[in-house]
Amino acid sequence: MKRRDFFKSAAIVGIASFFKTNAFGTVLSGKEMAVHTGPDLVAVMGGEPEVMLIRALKEFGGIKTFVKRGQKVVIKPNIGWDRKPELAANTNPDLVGALVRLCKSAGASEVIVFDHTCHDWQKSYANSGIEKAVKAAGGKMVPANDESYYREVDLPRGVNLKKAKIHHALLECDVWFNVPVLKHHGGAKNTISMKNLMGIVWDRSFFHSHDLHQCIADAATFHKKPALNIVDAYRIMKSNGPQGKSESDVVKLKSLLVSPDYVAVDTAAMKLFSQVQPTDLKDVRYIALAEKNKVGTQNLEKLNVKRIKL
Amino acid sequence: MKILKNIRIVLSVLFFLPIFIFFIDFTGKLPIQLHKFLSIQWIPAILSINLIVLGILFLLSLLFGRIYCSTICPLGVMQDVLTWKSRFFRKKKKKIRYDYSPPKNILRYSILALTVVVFIFGSSFLVILLDPYSTFGRIVSQLFRPLAIWGNNFLAYILSGMGNYTLFKVEQVGFVPLAFGIALSFFFLVVGMSWFKGRSYCNTICPVGTSLGLLSKISFFHISIEESKCIRCGACEKQCKSQCIDSDAMKVDDSRCVSCFNCLSACKKGGINYKIRYMKTQVQPIEHKINNSRRTFLLTSGAAIASVALAKTNKIIGKNDTILSRKPIMPPGANNLEHFSAHCTGCQLCVTKCPMQVLKPATLQYGISGITQPHLSFSTHVFCTYDCNICTNVCPTGALQPLVMEEKKLTQLGIATFRKNKCVVFTDEKDCGACSEHCPTQAVHMIPYKNGLTIPEITEDLCIGCGACESICPVRPYQAIYVEGSMNQRKARKPSEAKKFNKKIDDFGF
Repeated sequence: MKRRDFFKSAAIVGIASFFKTNAFGTVLSGKEMAVHTGPDLVAVMGGEPEVMLIRALKEFGGIKTFVKRGQKVVIKPNIGWDRKPELAANTNPDLVGALVRLCKSAGASEVIVFDHTCHDWQKSYANSGIEKAVKAAGGKMVPANDESYYREVDLPRGVNLKKAKIHHALLECDVWFNVPVLKHHGGAKNTISMKNLMGIVWDRSFFHSHDLHQCIADAATFHKKPALNIVDAYRIMKSNGPQGKSESDVVKLKSLLVSPDYVAVDTAAMKLFSQVQPTDLKDVRYIALAEKNKVGTQNLEKLNVKRIKL
Repeated sequence: MKILKNIRIVLSVLFFLPIFIFFIDFTGKLPIQLHKFLSIQWIPAILSINLIVLGILFLLSLLFGRIYCSTICPLGVMQDVLTWKSRFFRKKKKKIRYDYSPPKNILRYSILALTVVVFIFGSSFLVILLDPYSTFGRIVSQLFRPLAIWGNNFLAYILSGMGNYTLFKVEQVGFVPLAFGIALSFFFLVVGMSWFKGRSYCNTICPVGTSLGLLSKISFFHISIEESKCIRCGACEKQCKSQCIDSDAMKVDDSRCVSCFNCLSACKKGGINYKIRYMKTQVQPIEHKINNSRRTFLLTSGAAIASVALAKTNKIIGKNDTILSRKPIMPPGANNLEHFSAHCTGCQLCVTKCPMQVLKPATLQYGISGITQPHLSFSTHVFCTYDCNICTNVCPTGALQPLVMEEKKLTQLGIATFRKNKCVVFTDEKDCGACSEHCPTQAVHMIPYKNGLTIPEITEDLCIGCGACESICPVRPYQAIYVEGSMNQRKARKPSEAKKFNKKIDDFGF
């Protein structure tokens, strides 16, 4: 073989393999989900947050599947409350920090983190430990405490919620990750990935006065979907949610659920949660309503679910 | 002797700036310990019976005269700063010149007597209105602070457009017209008087100034004119912002001298000195020239009668339900209404330090004598934070007693009241639960209603009246759940903890 030919064939193989893992893979996964091209949902159990995150992402082809060099990334954890990490009222700071680091390593030009908090935003950012973790990982905490940061967006597929003001950082980014924590919730029964969307919206009181569940399901029709929903179940809050009273409300499950599908990941999370606190999936009405809005499926049987125990 | 003036200026800046900046600070970044600067003020020290500070202030006044007025009192220093800055606005080369003016004894002693008598009869109305430190607090918090915040927001707006979030927009919730009006009126009164008449506010209206004037008549050191050296040029008189030097008569009215030492710097001949009053050679008779004692007596007795009347109307208003649509909600640490209304001077420090901006100056919630005293005013996302006790720790007058965090979390500011027939779960038959979601103690919790719906229920002895439920209730303008203030702040029951879950979960469950 001539030297030149060798280079040619090597290049072709290289290009082909590149296509196979990436472009081919994504094209296929859209249609033939049952075929083993990539998982629809990955569940990991038994590790530290960062370990589980890296393991789960590996199933999707690593962080580079989602984040390309030079892209602007937004991460939306739950930072709603002025509570320390041990109370599981907010997303685990180690998980958020690890995700920021991964995005940065994939070449993201900027990684922005925010939440429209319920408690004082500065105290929530600080005491959740998330601000520190994000800054240490090279990310940027952005305020979301004022209406001027939000822009109105149409939600044509929404039933009750037809319009919403959404944080401009999210509207302007290239890719975003929804990183909720799994919790009991006095109003919505449980808060997982879709309930976490209330933190990208300005006017939450509209939700409460126009059928909370329907509005949550409507928010999930927002056209700019997260690349992944990464549900933190390292510590979950089993009772007295969403704030919790003490560490007695917290159970350490050391788990992580990852899926691009809101409905699937919330369904799976509810099944995990129900082992601790039996809850009727039907009572978490927004899950079924979101399925009706065609944003995902509750039928986990039909999906390619990867269960990984570390 | 010129050094005295410079020392005074340096000291006054050192006292003034921390207080000023502390009141302005809207970021909460300044250390809360700065409030200790405020306990050196006369009225707060009297109300909180801070014997050490009172002793020091008394001794200082007895030794040096009214140096409180020229160095420690922020309202006094503010006048000096503004007068000093006013040269930019005055006509060129037209320097500020003062002339001797006789004391307004009837007015100043009547105001002092009235304030004292009214306070003794149980109304803080005049103390609140006239305490110079609190007046300063109201002026800064109502006038300067909003300006600073607007400036910040403008910069934040420009910076965030460039992707820089080091500054962030600070929302200003709630505007209280009466408190603003009082602050604005006093600002114009004080600044106007000092613009044309030097320290005439301090020497006619301020009851603290008047009382210190009595003390400075016998102070150990005082300003006096050296008759042998004085050439009656009047240079000192022109510099005297208290207008208390009569250079023709070579007399200084000690009761109005604020020991600013400007006169010492003005005199080139050494004709005016700051020296010991009780020197053997120059024993001066203590001036005692209130020749209108009869009028003063009449006025004082009139004041006593008026005060009784005022205290009484006050009580009537307190019971009048048409003015108080609901009982006001006092800040944590206020204990009971009696203690709180007698000690709070409405200085607005707690109001400016409240990170949630839930504390607001009262209009008529506490009646006439409680105008500008702080109360809780809830609005969307604005309620008393569970893990916060800042207001209880900054109060300089002791109206709010310090509470440690665990105590604060159990202090009942009020009790939530639920109006079921207004609740969206009842009216629309849809889930909501926003109140319970925000309730930190789960005094408001959800119980089964019908069709899988849940509806709020209140356990009163768990409720601490923080207003989180009221602030978030979507029913407007009159919420389905609201807080009724407690006039006597009791201890709530400690919320019980949930049952621990100890089983090991090995499976995903799906």
